Amino acid sequence: MGSYLVRRFGLMLLTLFGISVIIFVMLRIAPGNIADILFDAAGFVDQAEKAQIMKDLGLDKPMPVQYASWIGGLLQGDLGYSYVTDRPAIHEILPRIPITARIAGLALLFAAVIGIPLGVISAVKQNTRLDYILRVVSLSALSMPAFWLGLLVLMGFVGYFGTIPIYSDAPQSFGAALVMYSVPAAVVGFRSQALLLRLTRSSMLEVLRQDYIRTARSKGASENVVNYRHALKNAVLPVVTLIGLEAAFLMGGLVVVETVFNIPGVARFLVEAIRWRDYPIVQNLIMYIAIIVVVVNFTVDMLYAALDPRIKYSD
Amino acid sequence: MSSIDYRAELAKAGANIDSPWGKLRFLARRYPLGAAGAVILAVCVFAAVFANYITVFDPLSTNAALSLARPSAQHWLGCDFMGRDVYSRIVYGARISLAVGLGSLGLGLTCGVIIGLTSGYLGGWVDLAVQRLIDILQSLPLLVMALLMTASLGPSLRNTIIAISIALVPSSARVVRASTLSLREQPFVESAKAIGMSELRIAFRHVLPNTLAPLIVLATAQLGATILIEAALSFLGLGVPEPYPSWGRMLSESAAEYVRTAPWLVIFPGLAISSIVFGTNLLGDALRDVLDPRQRS
Repeated sequence: MGSYLVRRFGLMLLTLFGISVIIFVMLRIAPGNIADILFDAAGFVDQAEKAQIMKDLGLDKPMPVQYASWIGGLLQGDLGYSYVTDRPAIHEILPRIPITARIAGLALLFAAVIGIPLGVISAVKQNTRLDYILRVVSLSALSMPAFWLGLLVLMGFVGYFGTIPIYSDAPQSFGAALVMYSVPAAVVGFRSQALLLRLTRSSMLEVLRQDYIRTARSKGASENVVNYRHALKNAVLPVVTLIGLEAAFLMGGLVVVETVFNIPGVARFLVEAIRWRDYPIVQNLIMYIAIIVVVVNFTVDMLYAALDPRIKYSD
Repeated sequence: MSSIDYRAELAKAGANIDSPWGKLRFLARRYPLGAAGAVILAVCVFAAVFANYITVFDPLSTNAALSLARPSAQHWLGCDFMGRDVYSRIVYGARISLAVGLGSLGLGLTCGVIIGLTSGYLGGWVDLAVQRLIDILQSLPLLVMALLMTASLGPSLRNTIIAISIALVPSSARVVRASTLSLREQPFVESAKAIGMSELRIAFRHVLPNTLAPLIVLATAQLGATILIEAALSFLGLGVPEPYPSWGRMLSESAAEYVRTAPWLVIFPGLAISSIVFGTNLLGDALRDVLDPRQRS
């Protein structure tokens, strides 16, 4: 286990190094840097002034030097300056993280609380009308773009309550925050819920065919005890993995849902930064997303052994 | 040892699988949801190909007098804020969705197949290096990867296709590599080597065709994903630019403000995206059952 952990940790660092290079290179090969964009907007080009701006932003240095100074800064918590607002990037990014983290947490909670029990029901009632309905609904959830679902929810609110639940001011109390974030969280979590439902169903179906389930039944255990105590406990491992992966990959849904609900989180900020070509922000935000994904993947791998005593990573 | 005569058994069950139509009818009866998915996709392809025959209005021509006109006998799905016919824009939008979907799928799969086949067949350090590269590319969610590519390439129809296809490469490379690893140990590969066939020819003529089944399953599942990513990119204003009538862009134009005033601008384009993705998901599930019975749901 020890050597596996070290190897896996080394791979994690290698992956992070690789993604940082890809992010850096992709944003450097973009047509036109910030100096070009500033001058495009102004409509004329003063070469001396342009050279000065490039020097100020460090864009005149060789690529490896620019990369090293970015990574060096990143390790010390210095993320550079936003080209657009001229403020330290960390001051732009940090206050937005808790907002996105809250929505992501609520979305996962929603997905697990709805998706897992429905998956169990779908498996237990296999090939009944209820099972078909749940399967079609979950497949529809996977087919709906999250931003469209968000717009439909807004439409529903307008129709039934006469209000539109989009973000205007920061919520003042815990209750207000819960109300404010739970609607977008449910929209983001709707897709994850469908994934969890489908995986729980197939995992449960496999477990329900095992001999020990028949033994439990023959010993007179009730249906609920068999389904939830014996079967679900053993079917839940791949589901836990998926929850971990979804935690890392929720960003895709958050990007569009934060835009629909006008939430000033990290995900919407990334889109705005791309529109403004504010590369220090784009670069750092995408790196930040990659770090979360890679660390969550690593943690899920490690949790595997802890959750299932049958799994042992050989030395 | 007795063997089962599958043709006789199927004929007894009322299936005529001798003609292609008979085979199709049999599969449709066996997998009704998959058949429904195929029909939805066929309708979308029909709309995309024959868009100019099944619409009356030009999807790009504006008319201030018809701004935000409600659905009527003349404009079935209403008009947008520039007075453009929503029905025509949705029908022509099928072209964009399918062009981006199939284009990026084709490009992504071709690159993925070449990388996966080379990696799996050659093994050794090439395989190790390629696998690390794939790990790296997979450490970003599909949409975020596509956003990074768009940020780099800039928004245009061609760049949207390239951006999405790059995001698709890792999964297809992984699937092809996994199949190739087991296939290269098979006796038919050894026989091909023994008769002096070149490595390249063995890889493409003998190994590649045997990796097609899982690849088809993956491709169908990914077609839906590409359409969703294109819609999301266009919705964010970073995908297919004007004047193309992209479904995602139609929703971005009509976003939150039209929720109150012109719900038809929100409902119909979203319904179009969801239907085509639902169709590919249904078909993908059925194809997985037919081609990859080990993963049967």
